[in-house]
Amino acid sequence: MNEFLLILGMFLVTFGVRYLVLAFVSRITLPALVQRALRYVPAAVLSAIIAPAMLITEADGLDFSLRNAALIASLAAILISWRTKNLLLTIVVGMGVYLLWRVLV
Amino acid sequence: MSLNASTPAGEFKAGIRDTLPLVVSAIPFGIIFGALAVARGISPAGTLGLSLFVFAGASQFIAVGLVAQGTGIGLIVLTTFIVNLRHALYSTTLAPHMSHLSQKWLLPLAFWLTDESFVVAAARYQRADASPFKHWYFLGSAVLMYTDWQLSTLVGVIAGQSIPDPLSWGLDFAMSVTFIGLVVPMVKNRPMLVTVLVASVTAVLAHGLPNQLGLMLAAVVGIAAGLITEQTSEVSKTSEVSQADQ
Repeated sequence: MNEFLLILGMFLVTFGVRYLVLAFVSRITLPALVQRALRYVPAAVLSAIIAPAMLITEADGLDFSLRNAALIASLAAILISWRTKNLLLTIVVGMGVYLLWRVLV
Repeated sequence: MSLNASTPAGEFKAGIRDTLPLVVSAIPFGIIFGALAVARGISPAGTLGLSLFVFAGASQFIAVGLVAQGTGIGLIVLTTFIVNLRHALYSTTLAPHMSHLSQKWLLPLAFWLTDESFVVAAARYQRADASPFKHWYFLGSAVLMYTDWQLSTLVGVIAGQSIPDPLSWGLDFAMSVTFIGLVVPMVKNRPMLVTVLVASVTAVLAHGLPNQLGLMLAAVVGIAAGLITEQTSEVSKTSEVSQADQ
């Protein structure tokens, strides 16, 4: 594995996606529908990353059981975040429940 | 938001302050990355290089997994591209607010665009005040995330040489729990709730698709569902108003 080429290739596509859109979209006015759609981007993308991590385990596939520590901890984190809107508290409680659950169950 | 925040230094510090909670979870994530990459056969220099020049946590993890499976560079780069397509959506969201900036600003801010800094900066741009220095806020958030990612990768590289299987700690869960803390407060109305639920269900159903395509599919379907809900509730509101007029 040529690590230099790997890093160069990954740099080019990652920076390319981030920069080209930022540089060119800022020169045109987006249609109203697109602007409205953009408001849903963060929630949609992040949810699409979270949900499989919550529900799909490497060993068991889709896992809704109490043995799934990620599911239990995610539910705890959702509850804390909903009630408090406190990001730091959500992270600490979520990680705490996750690590504890893995040890206990 | 106090008045003195709308100076470059004030915005920069506010960006750092609002990003601090995210650093708490980025630290274990970076350590895990560094330890895992070294454990899977990437050199310490190569591991640090990935964090320094690519700076994309999720893709770096996926790349390490693919390297360990013996995947070729071309396919790893292609996968990176697809996983990072979401950044095109982020860039599109931020671009209208950044059209006045010179290349001197656009180049580094684009390089430093991450999930975390995007959410923090987008929230700042959406606040109604007319501060002309909101890009300094973005910069503060980005610089903190970048510094943190380099240091935690370095710690991971050093620790990884003595720990056999870093993934068994389960600290990779830190990213999920951070994203939960970012998403839940976004759910302020019904269209946003629909977006979150539809994107989640689609992502789980489409999880088997290759190259993380399920992620993009779920995002697009979730956004469309939110828009449709918004449209429908607007139509019913309008008809209520017109009935009240009569």
